[in-house]
Amino acid sequence: MRSRPVAKDLDEQTRLGAVYLDGLMRAQLRLSVAVLALTTVGLSALPVVLTLVPATRGLSVLGIRFPWLVLGVAVYPSAWFLARWYTRQAERIEQDFTEVVESP
Amino acid sequence: MSNPLSLAAVVLVCLTTLAVGGLGLRLSRRTSDFYVAGRTVSPRLNASAIGGEYLSAASFLGVAGLIYDQGVDMVWLPVGYTLGYLVLLVIVAAPMRRSGAYTLPDFAEARLGSRAIRLVSSALVIGIGCLYLIPQFQGASLTLTLVTGAPAWAGGFVVMVVIALAVGAGGMRSITLVQAMQYWIKLTALAVPAFVLLALWFRSGSPSPQVDPSWHVPLSPTSPDDHPTYRTVSIVLALCLGTMGLPHVLVRYYTNPDGVGARRTTVTVIALLGTFYLLPPIYAALGRVAYPTLPAGVGSDTIVLRLPETFVDGLTGQLLTAMLAGGAFAAFLSTASGLAMSVTGVIDQELLRPRLARFAGGDVPGIRGFRISAVLAVLVPYVLSRVAEPLGLATTVGLAFALAAATFAPLIMLGVWWRRLSTWGAMAGLLVGGTAALGSIMTTMVVDDLGGWAGAILANPAMWATPLALATAVIVSLATPGRIPAGTTRTMVRLHTPERVALARSRLPE
Repeated sequence: MRSRPVAKDLDEQTRLGAVYLDGLMRAQLRLSVAVLALTTVGLSALPVVLTLVPATRGLSVLGIRFPWLVLGVAVYPSAWFLARWYTRQAERIEQDFTEVVESP
Repeated sequence: MSNPLSLAAVVLVCLTTLAVGGLGLRLSRRTSDFYVAGRTVSPRLNASAIGGEYLSAASFLGVAGLIYDQGVDMVWLPVGYTLGYLVLLVIVAAPMRRSGAYTLPDFAEARLGSRAIRLVSSALVIGIGCLYLIPQFQGASLTLTLVTGAPAWAGGFVVMVVIALAVGAGGMRSITLVQAMQYWIKLTALAVPAFVLLALWFRSGSPSPQVDPSWHVPLSPTSPDDHPTYRTVSIVLALCLGTMGLPHVLVRYYTNPDGVGARRTTVTVIALLGTFYLLPPIYAALGRVAYPTLPAGVGSDTIVLRLPETFVDGLTGQLLTAMLAGGAFAAFLSTASGLAMSVTGVIDQELLRPRLARFAGGDVPGIRGFRISAVLAVLVPYVLSRVAEPLGLATTVGLAFALAAATFAPLIMLGVWWRRLSTWGAMAGLLVGGTAALGSIMTTMVVDDLGGWAGAILANPAMWATPLALATAVIVSLATPGRIPAGTTRTMVRLHTPERVALARSRLPE
């Protein structure tokens, strides 16, 4: 049975430390790629919708046309929510990691 | 359109910047204070400072001008400027803070342990900084000429002098306070006139903007041989990836207390930028109400400043114009000082200090070299701004983003996430990306109008130059496994391990 925390292995760059570090990096990278993929899909949705449903081009809400509403307004709160969600998830990954490597 | 109130607003903004800069002078004691404000800036202050620094002449004047000119397609620009921070957040924010480096060249050297890469990175910081400073000076010149009738050299000159003084005097700490203030000045200065103009427009029966139907349709060609989809995708890619490679953006992350703070700061930045970017389309649309077509000899970059006095005469119009002129100067000053700060740091560390040290036997006060560097960092781009043909504020800024996206973005992405990046791979990526992007940018700036695919590809190089640089770095790295820096594992531990985990050896002393 091991009696010292993995944090020491991380610090001393042992093989075990490397395995834990890889796990952390992979979890974080997966989260990042998910956010980037969501962003890309979200951005390309506008031209796709405008092409597939031409009626949306003339659509307007409160006198503002649909493309302006999406690009000029809706993008920003969406980006903010996505950013906040990412930050929470990333902090949780780090929290879990900290607990694992610091427990003796 | 000479306007004494506008002149007063410009003078007020310049004096405030200098006064707050002077305050920083008394607070700055050690050299590290000059660079990163001693690393004690709170996330909220830091976010305002990042927003204040980031919103440049391009955002304040250029974006509204381009939207006025070309319609909803240009709204992709502020979208890209904002999403750049989302990309930065998920790829580099926390690791970059944990790297413990002051500047991009510092990061490159710490990660790859190579002096040569540090030098190339330094050259790139100067190049991107200059490219980004030129439109700030041009914007200042056209604003001052428009509102006071001053000669064309004057506006840029004023900005240059104020910045050299502010940066040379207080360094980063003063700049952090100045920048945080600048965001709120800029938001107010753009928002208040926008609401007043909207109310006036509503009272006059809300006439529709006079535009072609294509003004409302995304991805519509502006000319027969335009390639709107390629152009737009490439620009958005350049803005999204370029943000993390801008020298004045990343330097702010070193003032966060830790990696978690760096992330939270970025979330707030996205909120601040999103709020600001709601405004330029309002000016563009109202511009189309007031001027269905641009009067002869008028650039679209001035549309924001011209609007108030076409909607309302007398004192109200002058007051609104004065607000906008003051806000625009706040934009030039804040972005230019952030850029000048980064370029100054590089000139000081790479060029001046080693030389001065040799000259004086290693006994030169660090601060004096820093001040000489500050003067150099603003003088060269100012001269270039007088010589270069103006391309449009947002267009020139876009080129700086493209250069950053093709060079620093691949280096940072691979440096943070890929252990097998070798010194040679990183160098090859930087050189290939830099040559490709810079070659395209130079061609675009020198040759008038290439048109067709050649023109589109050269004017928007990010779409091909970034993947090219990335692929080069990966392939060369895989071919030279012996050149993977020895300290890679330690660096990776430092970049990714949360601060709460105690690491005796892998952390750098703060």
